[in-house]
Amino acid sequence: MELRRMELMPGVFLNTLQTDKFKSDCLSVSLLTALDRETVSKNALIPRVLARGSVRHPDMDSINAACDALYGARLIPCVRKKGEILAVGFYAGFLPDRFTPDGSRLLEPVAALLGELLLEPDLRDGLLRRDYVESETEKLLDDIRARVNDKRAYAVFRLLECMCSCEAYGCDDMGSEADAAVVDYVDLSRYYRDLLRRAPIEIFYCGAADAERVGAALRDALSMLPRGEIDYEIGTDIRMNALEAQPRFFHETMDVTQGKLCLGFRLGECMEKPDFAAIRVFNAAYGGSVTSRLFLNVRERLSLCYYASSACDSQKGLMLVSSGIESSRLEEAKAEILSQLEQMKDTVTEEELDAARRATASDLRALTDSPGALENFYLSQALRGLDCGPEELADRCEAVTAARVQEIARSVELDAVYFLDGEDMGSGPEDTEEEHADAEA
Amino acid sequence: MQKLEYPAVGETLYRDTLPNGLRLSVAVKPGYRRAFAFFATEYGGADRRFWLDGDFCDTPMGVAHFLEHKMFDMPDGDNALSTLAKNGAQPNAYTSSGITAYHFESTENFEENLRMLLRFVSTPYFTEESVQKEQGIIGQEIRMCEDDPDHVAYDTLLRCLYASHPIRDPVAGTVESIAEITPETLYGCHRIFYHPGNMALAVAGDVDPERVRDIALEMLPAEPGARPIRDYGAAESAEPVCRRSVRSMAVSAPQFMLGAKLQCAPCGAPLLRQKLLCDIALTCLYSQSAPFYSSLYAEGLLNTDFFADVDYAADTMTILAGGESRDPEAVFARFCATAERAAADGLDRDYFSRVMKAGYGARVRALSSFSGLCASMADADFGGYNCMDTFAMMQDVTVEDVQAFIRENLCGNRYAMSIITPTGGEDADDA
Repeated sequence: MELRRMELMPGVFLNTLQTDKFKSDCLSVSLLTALDRETVSKNALIPRVLARGSVRHPDMDSINAACDALYGARLIPCVRKKGEILAVGFYAGFLPDRFTPDGSRLLEPVAALLGELLLEPDLRDGLLRRDYVESETEKLLDDIRARVNDKRAYAVFRLLECMCSCEAYGCDDMGSEADAAVVDYVDLSRYYRDLLRRAPIEIFYCGAADAERVGAALRDALSMLPRGEIDYEIGTDIRMNALEAQPRFFHETMDVTQGKLCLGFRLGECMEKPDFAAIRVFNAAYGGSVTSRLFLNVRERLSLCYYASSACDSQKGLMLVSSGIESSRLEEAKAEILSQLEQMKDTVTEEELDAARRATASDLRALTDSPGALENFYLSQALRGLDCGPEELADRCEAVTAARVQEIARSVELDAVYFLDGEDMGSGPEDTEEEHADAEA
Repeated sequence: MQKLEYPAVGETLYRDTLPNGLRLSVAVKPGYRRAFAFFATEYGGADRRFWLDGDFCDTPMGVAHFLEHKMFDMPDGDNALSTLAKNGAQPNAYTSSGITAYHFESTENFEENLRMLLRFVSTPYFTEESVQKEQGIIGQEIRMCEDDPDHVAYDTLLRCLYASHPIRDPVAGTVESIAEITPETLYGCHRIFYHPGNMALAVAGDVDPERVRDIALEMLPAEPGARPIRDYGAAESAEPVCRRSVRSMAVSAPQFMLGAKLQCAPCGAPLLRQKLLCDIALTCLYSQSAPFYSSLYAEGLLNTDFFADVDYAADTMTILAGGESRDPEAVFARFCATAERAAADGLDRDYFSRVMKAGYGARVRALSSFSGLCASMADADFGGYNCMDTFAMMQDVTVEDVQAFIRENLCGNRYAMSIITPTGGEDADDA
């Protein structure tokens, strides 16, 4: 399975993985644009509005009928945050040709429908339909407000928002209520046309068809795509150090029974020449697996929580630790989480290193068994300008040394702590040496 | 082993029942790096009262789930979760009302990992100290669920629907109920439910099925244990105990889950046919491709998180549908009216063929998920059918069959709904 990459049109890159291993083919089209508070809600709305109706399929019922006729093909509008870049577009999953009982070919009609949704919306006086824009804005607002319903994800979202308040990274892929509420259909129509002209486009296909057939299908499907001056100047700003001398502390209360503790770290100077394999192994050893220090100590040894895990965004150069704890044990949990990192600076045992290398290598190899996981992996790689595949990265993870992992542990720096707990919990967190900067509730 | 080939959908299955009673299914997947193994016992949160040494024995809520957590402890002090992970596997486990399942995925050392999986699930080892420690971890898991609106809506709905069946109680139990659990409770339940005759092993991957069978024979007890005798209480009526339950939590907008309890078909082909008809009926009426959804979506009454599904566990069959809505009562009324209308007027034939075509594609594509496929194969083993027979059975399903299913099962006064409102409202139950 070799990745082939070609430029179909100016700034439009097609990536194909030809294989007959899977029972589901995948085709995605992503318009790349900068993550930015000003425009994030508009970007979030575009695929949602486009999925409501096109010239030949003007409402959801007719789109659904078309998808059902293609053996239940699914075209999902999606907006993904990758570092400080947004990937805006559609992801299609559909049956490989060899399984259609009537022998019909699905790649061409699926690509055509995807192209139609993306490029030929059901316009009124040259503008996106006002009723669709307003209806989708309402739903986006519902989704923005609904962040609070999943407390674990909400705590992570708030940590990033507080910690990166001066960076684009501080907003998620939906934007704030205030930003979303003011989008209007005239503005959005203008923004949409501009985005089509300037955005670099990454297309990913994984399935049985060869690159030539996929290329031909996509050239047809995207023949209406207007191209202007392509904005390649998008990327992710990496902040190496914590914002202030002492880690910032943010505390919120809500009607909850379990406290949520999140810690945000900068990966630090190791990001000057990032070794992505070593960062993966470091994360697995610290908090990314069931053999990790956080799982074995914070959960298993001290029974402080049901979950405590870490995740790194090596595009942005930061790490998050997230855990659910009894509110009264905040200090104990935080101390243990930091102490485990401290210990890794001096010691990484052969045993934990080996487990972490195996876990990361195995994750990467397992990814070659899923079209969706491959799509996501290669999109991230394309944004970094890397072409290394999952197998090669897995081999590199297996060669990571204890010294490299320790170097990363030494480079990591705590920047912010976020704590969500119940109202009326009596005493709040007691941390005298840290600055209190209570976030708005 | 029985070899079954399904060339139209590109699958090859091997099935067997071993002399010790273990039901074994292997889906061979050439060219895949990872392999997945799923070892399950037909013992879940609802199996609270059962025959033990000459009498019915009652156990506290949450034992099956507690046992799942403690099974990973090995007598030599090792933890099976860590051992498997160190060996390159990704192990995990879960407990539902009807089953407890242990599984792993790995890209190397599959046979060694499979041996470890079978060994640790068959080796009970519990101490006062380790049980006490786990009460802290599970206590935090229960707290986490108490803050999860989906979880609360589900638990509350089941309490509305069921009068006495133990499915109405939370699988993980409560902080109080798990405090009653002792090592003896765990040993007793392990002996009754964790023997090969009550278990199924399902594997998917580029593996040799004969080797899987040999390893199962080598690692598991040679004799099947006695078939567990369970007591789920009195038969349930068709109508819910309570029609509405309203709770308030820290949520942004009302969340709802509505549902109904149905009669589960007997094991074997009737069960598979009921599952298939129910799935097709729900897809016709309530999937995200159905007019019900698209019109309520366009009216702003439903969001993309809406779902409708059926859940089978511990001899129960429950229809569930839920999501977020500013007006759950309006959704409820339209939901019921949609089934009534389909029962009265019938389904459009073109629409029905379209749904069947899409359903075929979705079912073939779903075979890509190893975890989903293995769970289906184990369910099929427990339910006495072959999950791959769905494809042949689908060809004979007519629009009249689905209409009859809707008329007999999805209409009438059988629905209840639990609603989670944003904090500030009052909690209430209406009969």
